[in-house]
Amino acid sequence: MTTATVRTAPKRSRSGSRTRSLARRLFMLFALPIILVALWWFGSAGSTNYLNPPLSTIMAEFWPTWFGGDSFADTRFAQDVLPSVVRMLTGYGIALVFGIALGVLIGTNRSLRAFLEPVLEFFRAIPPPVLVPVFMLFMGIGPEMRIAVITIGCLWPVLLNTVEGVRGLDPVLKDTTRAYRIHGWRRLFKFVLPGASPQIITGARQSLSIGIILMVISEMFAGKDGLGFMIVQFQRSFAIPQMWGGVILLGLLGVVLSLIFRVITDAVLKWYYGYLQSQRGGS
Amino acid sequence: MSDPAVGAVLLEVGGLGKTYTGRGEPVEAIADLSFTVNAGEFVCVVGPSGAGKTTLLRCLAGLLPPSKGELILAGTPITEPPAGMAVVLQEYGRSLFPWLTVAENVALPLKEKRVPAARRRELVSDCLTAVSLGDDGGKYPWQLSGGMQQRVAIARAIAYEPQVLLMDEPFAAVDAQTRFELEDLVRSLWKRLGVTVVFVTHDIDESIYLAERVLVLSGRPTVLLEDVAVDLGEDRDQLATRADPEFARLRTHVYELVQAAKRGARSIQEAHLSH
Repeated sequence: MTTATVRTAPKRSRSGSRTRSLARRLFMLFALPIILVALWWFGSAGSTNYLNPPLSTIMAEFWPTWFGGDSFADTRFAQDVLPSVVRMLTGYGIALVFGIALGVLIGTNRSLRAFLEPVLEFFRAIPPPVLVPVFMLFMGIGPEMRIAVITIGCLWPVLLNTVEGVRGLDPVLKDTTRAYRIHGWRRLFKFVLPGASPQIITGARQSLSIGIILMVISEMFAGKDGLGFMIVQFQRSFAIPQMWGGVILLGLLGVVLSLIFRVITDAVLKWYYGYLQSQRGGS
Repeated sequence: MSDPAVGAVLLEVGGLGKTYTGRGEPVEAIADLSFTVNAGEFVCVVGPSGAGKTTLLRCLAGLLPPSKGELILAGTPITEPPAGMAVVLQEYGRSLFPWLTVAENVALPLKEKRVPAARRRELVSDCLTAVSLGDDGGKYPWQLSGGMQQRVAIARAIAYEPQVLLMDEPFAAVDAQTRFELEDLVRSLWKRLGVTVVFVTHDIDESIYLAERVLVLSGRPTVLLEDVAVDLGEDRDQLATRADPEFARLRTHVYELVQAAKRGARSIQEAHLSH
């Protein structure tokens, strides 16, 4: 029904409404951040409170703090932030690989699932940050410990969601793959993983936030470098504008990572959004 | 794949029984079924709802192990889905992979069968053209209507070049007009390709219109009530065939059998036919 209306509508008004809807989307996207920044900027302007410096001061310190140096390699960004992100992505990547692989195994095998489920529930219930002191005992405070903590913390959401996704595979499609004798790797890559991908990606999204949290926490607890370590250092040395800058940088980092995640998953799940829309009877 | 001569026995069902033993009471779905299907035949299976039609088809497809009896395809017992069989299921929307395009859906079983790429492309394009979807290979199944999706499933089945094509109420969920088109499509493909078809349906008219033989099943636990030969000629036409007095006679006959089956008749003697 809606397609007919769109088709008969004059072309000009259609492209006009598209421009309007784009403007509207940009407004919705940026309105609140701009308002909040403005509130902070004007609210803190002229502030003499040592702990709450004006945003203008924070911003003035931001660039020299993170990007000041003779070359890019000398900047704090390259020295502390990038290694943090690399550690986080390493742990996250390992968690994805193992989470999906184990999730497929457990999801496919009913008795294995019954056997492991109570243990999995137990490990999932442990808040990952408490692992940091435990892991420190065994692995010290080096990068291995941080990567291990991130890996373990990120593992559960991916693993448990993959198990659910594999369990929820459509029985009609299962019959279809069996009837056409589709086995082994082809079954895994053409049926099991794509079929479970919506849930796997839900798990991966949760894991990404956990990974960022654990990246910071592991550095705050223990370490000699990294973004979390720097924020704590600034706080302890009363470099308050720099500390605030670190928090802002962390927020921006989270936004960039989740945008990259969005772009990748939108491409992977393109079929799924179309499928959902068709199920709802839309066009 | 060896193609047995047309007319030779291709599929043998001997003393087939299936009892579901899940939680609770065991349910006897099929008591005792025996029949054969010759190479190149078009056989329809009808029966009252709950008559174990789908159970029978799933056993034939090798998806469900029978509790007793034997199933033999071209001399080989069916213990798992056999290479020479393709299936079309009722739930068209759920039997196509929504993450693959139409052409990829048709091509996937062929890859597993190790059909060379050139031949695969040829088969995909020929079979999609045969079901009038030649231009839709790049679309996703969910972008198509229900009838079109079911045609994709049919294209996938014939591209597989099976000896036996199993169809489980394939048109039960499409609208009446689409259903007539699809019936004619399946008839014409059957004639052109010489494939053996076993077609399960609850629609009596459909079974007579399509088949050379109609197997009428009893209610659960299922036995064979009658093996009805349909002599309506090679060429069938939605108007002329359905207006044929022989069509009407067969329709009445099968209808009465199915009604008797619903009342619990387990043999043709118990059916007390009016003619």
